[in-house]
Amino acid sequence: MIRFEPRSNPGPLLVYGVPVLAATIAILLAAIPLALAGAPIIEAYGLMISGAFGSVFSTSEMLTRATPLILTGLAAAIAFRAKLWNIGAEGQLYMGAMAAVAVGSGVIDGPSWVMIPVVIIAGMAAGALMLIGPTLLKTRLGVDEVVTTLLLNFIVLLFVQMMLEGALKDPMSMGWPQSEPVIDSAAFPALLERMRVHIGLIIALVSAVALAIFVKRTIWGFEIRAVGENAAAAKFSGISVTKTMILVAALSGGLAGLAGVSEVAGTRGYLATDLSPGYGYAGIVVAMLARLSPIGVIASALFVASVFVGADSMSRAIGVSSYLADLIVAMALLCVLIGGFLTRFKVHFDRKSVHG
Amino acid sequence: MEIIDILLAASFWEAAIRIATPLIFGVLGALICERAGVLNLGIEGIFTAGAMAGWMAVWLGAGLWGGVLVAALAGAFFGLIHAILTVPLGLSQHVSGIGVTLLATSLSYFTYRTALPDVSSPPRIEPFRPLDIPFLSDLPFIGQALFSQTAMTMLALVLVFVTGWVLYRTPLGLAIRAVGDNPSSVEAQGLSVYGLRIGAVVVGSSLMALGGAFLTMSAFDAFFFGMINGRGWVCIALTVFASWRPGKALIGALLFGAFDAFQVRLQTEVGAFLPSQVFLMMPYILSIIALIVVARKADYPKALLVPWFKGQR
Repeated sequence: MIRFEPRSNPGPLLVYGVPVLAATIAILLAAIPLALAGAPIIEAYGLMISGAFGSVFSTSEMLTRATPLILTGLAAAIAFRAKLWNIGAEGQLYMGAMAAVAVGSGVIDGPSWVMIPVVIIAGMAAGALMLIGPTLLKTRLGVDEVVTTLLLNFIVLLFVQMMLEGALKDPMSMGWPQSEPVIDSAAFPALLERMRVHIGLIIALVSAVALAIFVKRTIWGFEIRAVGENAAAAKFSGISVTKTMILVAALSGGLAGLAGVSEVAGTRGYLATDLSPGYGYAGIVVAMLARLSPIGVIASALFVASVFVGADSMSRAIGVSSYLADLIVAMALLCVLIGGFLTRFKVHFDRKSVHG
Repeated sequence: MEIIDILLAASFWEAAIRIATPLIFGVLGALICERAGVLNLGIEGIFTAGAMAGWMAVWLGAGLWGGVLVAALAGAFFGLIHAILTVPLGLSQHVSGIGVTLLATSLSYFTYRTALPDVSSPPRIEPFRPLDIPFLSDLPFIGQALFSQTAMTMLALVLVFVTGWVLYRTPLGLAIRAVGDNPSSVEAQGLSVYGLRIGAVVVGSSLMALGGAFLTMSAFDAFFFGMINGRGWVCIALTVFASWRPGKALIGALLFGAFDAFQVRLQTEVGAFLPSQVFLMMPYILSIIALIVVARKADYPKALLVPWFKGQR
């Protein structure tokens, strides 16, 4: 007979140790598929580590990957805190990217200190609107936001495709469905010479700190936490659940939109339908690994980015499918879920059944 | 009138039923899970796993029905993971479901890529052939629309009746419905809440996997990356639309299939005036509209998403 007993106050070792342990277990479990694929396991792990941290270039690539993951991770973290199940960060990212390209590829021009804020605001607004819609449907009509945000991902991607073959198509792209490039004054400057890592990383880090302060130190943050913990009680104590949900939707959708802006204006330079390899979905894993803490999101985004960049480089070197990275990330999510259970409950193995 | 011509053609209804088949499997699977109180967002990944595992089993020589069995077992495996995480451990059904989708999808892709490292065009299998039933398949209209489908479509239709019969006419079905509405009452009768919920999720997940297997073994003859393309999520929407009833699930899936078949035909008629993506968006938009229409009166199983722990009253 196994019994679960709630823990009153999990210590810091459990709170911080469990996600680290979960990530480690996920990495170790990857040995099984590696072995089944017939790869040299030790060498594969070595290649993964050097692929993510082996040189200034590889670390810059890892940080470039981490940038959108921090932002989509924050988007999931703030939404899940309020129990707004936003699974649509992928679509919000693309809408943000599209809005950034729409205003940032030559329609208007100005100095960088004007143009960069303009593309950021446009992208965040587009992402926010993409989530406010489903949130209003949820609060007003009781339409489940999980399914609407999920389905919107597919609609948005088709919409982007349509725009890239129509209004936003680059006439110089030789028929490829991609947008005109973001103009220089709107582009995010690089942080290091000849490296891809750009100021999007700084923006993401500042966003994480700002969100942490917002959640911990402001009345709105308190209301978000209250609604997430017990919406009925929050309502009873005079908090407007609808208003709080819309605030959360604006923040979450805005952050996911910002990830899209950062990708087009910083990493890629133009919009195409392969802009995101699933950053929106990976953001959910990032947020859960961080136990929904904004500062924790930074650490878990770095972990997920290292897995992706490391596995990419390893798969190029020894020919193992790079889907291994997605596999590790998925296992990390399930491990941290189980780990979260173990921080909340003590497990007892009794000899005798309770019912005797 | 051309629209009438389209709707009256047997080939149109043949396509509608074919498009509806994976959705019938998926909605039945989802409603069994949800009737027992567990939302299964693993569905999209379980579709992928069923599609890949079933196809690969046939490709390795297991035979078509062997492939169906392997797909069902793959679905049961991922269903069991979701069930353990959400039922005895009581973890977030949303997050666990997304986790199962990510796991099942990446594991399927990884396995496919590992087995077939460098193929440029996906290898093909000999899929289920259209049935040729004496007399029935020769009937006018319905012979082509219904009785010339494959055996998997027939299986889906039979499962609608089986699921309805089990849920509404057997003690097991009563227990499953009760465990999704009021688990403590089931416990009070000496039945195992955990057992019923885990069983329902495992069985429901294997049905979902059959929906995926239909795609690679009946509708097409190969496995492609991204081929599920949101069909699983559409099933979750259709489950609400069907008010968790197998008969309505069949109607919902058929309506959806008819609409999808119709937009494909419309596209060939007026495709020149509108971008193709507008038509491709239709199924997803339709799903959202279906959800909005029924949202107000949707009668969710009362204990859906609510974890239950042993010894709780």
